Amino acid sequence: MSDVAFEQHAPRPAAAPPWWRRLIGFNLLAASALGIGGWFLGHWVGTRITIGMDSQLGTDQNDIATFMGFLFAVSGWLIGLGFLNYPLGRMLGRPPSLREKEEEGPGRYFRLCTDHKVVGMQYFVTILLFFLIAGLNAMFIRAELLTPKEKLWNANQYLSLVGLHGTMMLMMMSAAILGPFANYFVPIMIGARRMAFPRLESLSFWLVPPAGLILLSAVALGGFPTGWTGYAPLANTARAGMDAYLFAFALIGLSMTIVGANMLATVLTMRAPGMTWTRLPIFVWGVICTSVLMVLAAPVLFATLSMVALDRTADTSFFLASAGGSPFLYTNLFWFFGHPEVYILALPGFGVVLEILPVFSRKPLWGYRLAVAGMLGVTLLSFMVWQHHLFVSGMNADLRPFYMLTTELISVPTGFIFLNGLGTLWRGRIRFTVPMLFAMAFFSNFLIGGLSGVFLSDVPSDVSTHGSYFVMAHFHYTIMGGLVFALFAATYYWLPKMTGLRFNETLAKIHFWGMFVFFNFTFAPLFVAGMLGMPRRVSVYSSSLQGINDFVSVSAFLLGLSMLVFLINLVYSTVFARVPAEANPWHSRGLEFQLPTPIPVRNFERTPVIESGPYEYGVPGAPPVAALGRPAVAGGGGSSP
Amino acid sequence: MTSNLAPAAAPSGEPHIRRLIVIWVVLSAIGVALVVFALGPHMPPWTFSDEARDQRNINIMLAALATPVLLAVWMALVYSIVAFRQRGVAIVDGTPIHGGGRLEVAWIVVTTLIVVSLAVAGTAALFGTTKGAGGGQGPDPLAVPHGSLPPLQVQVIGQQWAWTFRYPAFGGVETTQIAIPAGRVIALHVTSLDVNHSFWAIRLGVKADAIPGSDNVAFVRPRRPGSFRIRCAELCGLWHGHMFTTGLVLTPAAFSSWIRRQVVANAAATRTLPPYSTHYFPEPLRRAG
Repeated sequence: MSDVAFEQHAPRPAAAPPWWRRLIGFNLLAASALGIGGWFLGHWVGTRITIGMDSQLGTDQNDIATFMGFLFAVSGWLIGLGFLNYPLGRMLGRPPSLREKEEEGPGRYFRLCTDHKVVGMQYFVTILLFFLIAGLNAMFIRAELLTPKEKLWNANQYLSLVGLHGTMMLMMMSAAILGPFANYFVPIMIGARRMAFPRLESLSFWLVPPAGLILLSAVALGGFPTGWTGYAPLANTARAGMDAYLFAFALIGLSMTIVGANMLATVLTMRAPGMTWTRLPIFVWGVICTSVLMVLAAPVLFATLSMVALDRTADTSFFLASAGGSPFLYTNLFWFFGHPEVYILALPGFGVVLEILPVFSRKPLWGYRLAVAGMLGVTLLSFMVWQHHLFVSGMNADLRPFYMLTTELISVPTGFIFLNGLGTLWRGRIRFTVPMLFAMAFFSNFLIGGLSGVFLSDVPSDVSTHGSYFVMAHFHYTIMGGLVFALFAATYYWLPKMTGLRFNETLAKIHFWGMFVFFNFTFAPLFVAGMLGMPRRVSVYSSSLQGINDFVSVSAFLLGLSMLVFLINLVYSTVFARVPAEANPWHSRGLEFQLPTPIPVRNFERTPVIESGPYEYGVPGAPPVAALGRPAVAGGGGSSP
Repeated sequence: MTSNLAPAAAPSGEPHIRRLIVIWVVLSAIGVALVVFALGPHMPPWTFSDEARDQRNINIMLAALATPVLLAVWMALVYSIVAFRQRGVAIVDGTPIHGGGRLEVAWIVVTTLIVVSLAVAGTAALFGTTKGAGGGQGPDPLAVPHGSLPPLQVQVIGQQWAWTFRYPAFGGVETTQIAIPAGRVIALHVTSLDVNHSFWAIRLGVKADAIPGSDNVAFVRPRRPGSFRIRCAELCGLWHGHMFTTGLVLTPAAFSSWIRRQVVANAAATRTLPPYSTHYFPEPLRRAG
């Protein structure tokens, strides 16, 4: 590997202003102030314009005012961050530029920054924070389920906890890998200087904190009773907390669409010379497939939630059977988004584990083309299966064999990923580092998730398991056992590169083993509870199931404790111990690990020329993955992005 | 634990593959036998009705098929962990195999065959003896069971947060408990008056969503008298968890006397009910508050 000294940017000479002066400007502080002010202004405007409106009479809430409040709050937030400065400046004749938004120093993490590495870190911290809040909700749910009768929470509190846990997890986990790691590493992995649309990239992140906070505001607005699926017409009858759910989830839909479009544009147009489609890291392929799903599915979510919002504010009746609407319309629209969403969660995980396995097996990725085909196959099929969520709904019953077939067919391309994983391990020289442990646990967990999915795809079996804890255990095995394990694999693999600091390995191993063991202890018994007839989202259950539920709750608390170990490790390693990590701690061939730590703002001194695939471990005569620092050779010819 | 395995030195993976296959075949045989003979008789949702029995058989079949797949991947994982582990700090490259070829083709063919045959088996069960396997089939089911008697119509009405039942063959009487005769095909017409619910009687092998404005038919033939628990399986608001009740399967004679008593006891209420319909349009929904 070439250790070329990178030309460091000289800090711009500027007289340091006093500390309080630096707090004034377009940053998080101004955004918060304008956001809070916007809420009150919007709420006031909404109240004014609804005076005398029949639809808002007879209730103690004004949904129009609530929505106006959210709308003004988010607008204020974005204005405070300075998202309008550039478009307004351009309109007034300022020249196009990116430079001003790429400053150094810790302040850049708290404002609009177009450096994709800063956005990645912002995403990481935010997603982690909301992940912990949503996880805490799960602890509260499990505490209630220690007893078969309502005890800890009343019915409304319990349902709101269930809804908050589900929605928060879905919202945040959709970008759990794409947000932090794809934003940070995809441009570097393809040899680019930045993302295709750096301002949109920043916007996609800065929509996430208001979405999370607005969702949490549902607690103050009376909660919402629908769970993460938000089924209408129940959603039409709910209290103002429902508005928070609708607005927050729609914001995330918007953010997801932007992320997807941005990633696609970046990978399609900004690859370095020599980065052919077959040299593309498999993680980038996972990101491409996820982005396709995001671009095509997330707008459907946005539209669906907007229709519910219209039902609630403008008295339309898209989903009211009593006024010509159809509840089936909601379930179809929702799951047309909802099923691709499942793969929005799964595909980045596939990419991460297949990226990590070759590094620690010291072998080429087994069946690269098969892995790509598997991901593309999953992407295509995921749009053709949504009605398996509606097998017993009574709609289009004659189409059930078709959806049964497509759903079961999706396990074929998913199976490719398993073959790739096992083939890569086979006759390797496997090192059990922490990222590798998580990646291997992914296969065990996702296998159980996938096989239980075959039960659910089979109509006769689905009749007994649909809507039960069996489903709940199934999707936790795929999302938590799959995505979250991959997320931690990615965290332990890439965070040392991002922060330049090493994790404490003992704590990391305690985290892994605690999480792996108690994850399985928590969710495996729930398959049994579901098969024995326990429905989802209830706090009252048959007393004969208390034994299983108590075991699950205790395991869940210990699972939560393992997350605490991670948090302690993160704080200890990055704040107190601060052991510097090498530039390439894993001896990886990945292009991102050939750069110095910290990665310079401009990533590459010159556009790199890719000379070989990233997984050619042990291949005799394989050149290094890229020529760095040398002038572009003849035939490269790519223009600097 | 064979410590003398030197994967990089071995000319090919043949001995590993042979050893792995032997382990897998033995464990799979044991696993499948356990699933079918030890777990099978206890597999939910048991045998209270024809539909439940069909679902149970499919569950056993799927579990028996899943076992070898699960073991194959687990064994390959565990075998790799044990045999190909690199101890110490040395970084040594493994055998550079890129894959492709026969194994990929075989894998694709085998997995495709398995899932297509699963879909065929599932479809056969849907249109086979039990016609719909106890699931809701909408207003106009393609598969209708033929019996010596026409199916007994029972309407299941979900509303926040209780179930009621109407018997159109008995003057449209509405009851708060469901009773059905054993040994006869019952057509459950499931509908809702407000939001989405789901009628789930696990022992009976029935699950059908209750959607306002729609008629969702599920067929069931209970095999013997007894009782079954009904729960709502679709989140329907505040007291969703409390929306449960117990239903009865009676002998035909006991059912006749039960329904006659219901008709008499509810005569006054029946006169005030709207005429029997496959669905009812409720008052427009109002927001809580």
